[in-house]
Amino acid sequence: MSTEPQSPLKTTPLDALHRSLGAKMVPFAGYSMPVQFAAGVLTEHKHTRAAAGLFDVSHMGQVALRGDGVAAALEALVPGELQALREGRMRYTLLLNERAGILDDLMVTNRGDFFYVVVNAACKDADIAHLRACLPPSVTVEPWEDRALLALQGPQAVAALQRHTDFDLSALRFMASAEMALGGTSCLVSRSGYTGEDGVEISVAATAAQALAETLLAEPEVEPIGLGARDSLRLEAGLCLYGHDIDETTTPVEASLTWAIGKRRRAEGGFPGDAVVMRQLSEGTARRRVGIRPDGRAPAREGTVLTDPDGNAIGAITSGGFGPTAGGPVAMGYVQTEHATTGARINAIVRGKPLPAQVVDMPFVAQNYYRG
Amino acid sequence: MSKVWFSEDHEWIRVDGDIGAVGISNFAQEQLGDVVFVEVPEVGKTFGKGDEAAVVESVKAASEIYSPVSGEIVEVNETLADEPTRINDDAEGAGWFFKIKLADATELDDLMDADAYKTFAKDHG
Repeated sequence: MSTEPQSPLKTTPLDALHRSLGAKMVPFAGYSMPVQFAAGVLTEHKHTRAAAGLFDVSHMGQVALRGDGVAAALEALVPGELQALREGRMRYTLLLNERAGILDDLMVTNRGDFFYVVVNAACKDADIAHLRACLPPSVTVEPWEDRALLALQGPQAVAALQRHTDFDLSALRFMASAEMALGGTSCLVSRSGYTGEDGVEISVAATAAQALAETLLAEPEVEPIGLGARDSLRLEAGLCLYGHDIDETTTPVEASLTWAIGKRRRAEGGFPGDAVVMRQLSEGTARRRVGIRPDGRAPAREGTVLTDPDGNAIGAITSGGFGPTAGGPVAMGYVQTEHATTGARINAIVRGKPLPAQVVDMPFVAQNYYRG
Repeated sequence: MSKVWFSEDHEWIRVDGDIGAVGISNFAQEQLGDVVFVEVPEVGKTFGKGDEAAVVESVKAASEIYSPVSGEIVEVNETLADEPTRINDDAEGAGWFFKIKLADATELDDLMDADAYKTFAKDHG
């Protein structure tokens, strides 16, 4: 038996609610989180695509960056166009290291008097240290420790939310952010999420989080959803999971995330690893992240080796499983660039046997974002 | 009259004469969650006791199914290919994986009866 004391898991402000709803709790990124509720992963996934699901993502890091020139200062750490990001708008971007490896992926919102940043739970301590070390003294890094983060996702999410605010949500387009009162509590709401569906993410004071969650769960469309379905939803949407599909060894170009590199930034550089990114943009990379659909029904999971039809290794799967809405196995992974073309035939080596598969475009399920 | 035994790997075998139908327990099904894929062996293949004979994959992970006895596969449940959730719906009935012709019925003595398994599952849950 180990004598090392295990560091206790942290809990979110919704911990008691999860347990009262019958959640199966698992350790995730140092937190005790619900992996599923009574309905189970398949049902929760399908419910989110059909109606609305409420996710607790309070483990993620919420940080405010304040100070003169915050956009330009943050641009020195990421390849995203932030100086042209208008107030009330948000953008997906990447913290890079000097080799253009991805330290984390994050959402950045221009809130006017500050920038609001949401980072991955597993990376947040390192991200905050990185921001503090690299941003100039004129910019303060303020973690929001006393806030919860809820995601309400699905085609009926906004209709359910509208019953609890006077704010006209039809004016809040995809990747826009606004402060509004929800059930009497001031919240920061963004039209965003990580499921491929319409929906919102709600930053709320920790002390008000359970009441808000209960209010939303009382709506007929809304069911609680765990991390299991969150993973299958984001995989079908073709979205990367940090630490699996992207990490410090992958660059934005290899990861097929060049859309997240601003046009001006490509020309000017001025971010960590800019020379690597610019060279890869002009000369290409040896490997690229692609979508993969195995033929048949057997899922091909993370770590599965990919080969060409002759059996030569060409890459590996980084996320894979069963896509409940896609109705079959779906995966993403890295392959040698010569095989990274739509329709390319490859094999996934599952339990020692080559399973025929095809390189496909992502997402696996059509996106359902509200663009106004 | 058939009788059912359970293994420590949470398989069950329901024996009728010298043929045993094999599946996973309801306890195992609950632990796995929603089943999305099943791979059954080919008819005619032979397995030793404890050999990996089938695969079941849930939304969470892949798990091997070990043959609780030695013998030859005489029938497989073809319906699982299209309806893997049968295992969630009826793990110890319609969710059987394969039928095996027992090579040595004394191997059953190493398995647990339903009551013993119930206690075992409670302690290993």
